[in-house]
Amino acid sequence: MKLEVTTILAVLLVISFFSLLALTTAIPKAEWGGADGQGMELIEQSLNYEPWANPIWEPPSGEVESLLFALQAAIGSLIIGYYFGILKGRKESEK
Amino acid sequence: MHIAEGFLPLEWCVVWYALAIPIVAYGIDRAQKLREREQGVMPLLAVTAAFIFVLSALKLPSVTGSCSHPTGTGLGVVLFGPSITAFLSIIVLLFQALLLAHGGITTLGANTVSMGIVGPAVGWLAYIAVRKMKVGLLTSGFVAAFFADLMTYVVTAGQLATAFPATKGGILLSFEAFFGIFAVTQVPLAIIEGITVALALKLLQEHGVAVEMWQPKGVSVSEA
Repeated sequence: MKLEVTTILAVLLVISFFSLLALTTAIPKAEWGGADGQGMELIEQSLNYEPWANPIWEPPSGEVESLLFALQAAIGSLIIGYYFGILKGRKESEK
Repeated sequence: MHIAEGFLPLEWCVVWYALAIPIVAYGIDRAQKLREREQGVMPLLAVTAAFIFVLSALKLPSVTGSCSHPTGTGLGVVLFGPSITAFLSIIVLLFQALLLAHGGITTLGANTVSMGIVGPAVGWLAYIAVRKMKVGLLTSGFVAAFFADLMTYVVTAGQLATAFPATKGGILLSFEAFFGIFAVTQVPLAIIEGITVALALKLLQEHGVAVEMWQPKGVSVSEA
């Protein structure tokens, strides 16, 4: 029973992820830019707003940016995996 | 939900900072007291922060033809309540502002209020409400994450609308525009975040973690 709920949720997660990916072919005209960027663009264009401060440091390219995003996810995943590893070991040594 | 650096007029930066600081401070205090009282809680706090790290790094395509990312705060809401979640969120937002030019230092207060405070608070209220109605832990976790995620983006839309009301039509019209960009995109992502949190809770439970023992006092609903 226990395993079943976990499996169902995991399968649901995979399905929903791929349905979002499938959207990119279903809506061919879209640009798939970030919503954050669209919001800021709206402010800049419709109100002629000039941001009064700039980021202290900006990733020099899309590649470097994706490197840092991957790093962010990797650090998080590492901690989560490490924790569940400990829990699993503890559970097994109790048996 | 990241309002970019310099994209809020100074007075609004101050307002959101003024709201965020006391709540984050309260969250830090609560986390510290929790750590002193319960030795085993530190790893779980780290995992909760890590969860926010992972989910908020994933930009997903959505129904509007644009991309957005989940917030990852739902797990923190269920495990520790909103104030500690605010503290964990500001760490992630600071990381993104400094290293990714996502969000900013001037807008850190505003972004903390949306992602770390109001979103999680609404998720938490929804969680308690359904939990009191004897809804199961996993479904309640889904509800908490869904609302925490979605409300974050509604708040962002509200923050931008109040700072930039349309010349004709005012705040309401602006809100509609920003709501369309942020909140509509977010609905499918909020569902995905809900499933992820339900899965995380299930896995924690299976590994013998008492997931409801860290919540703020007086809201324990574990008998449900």
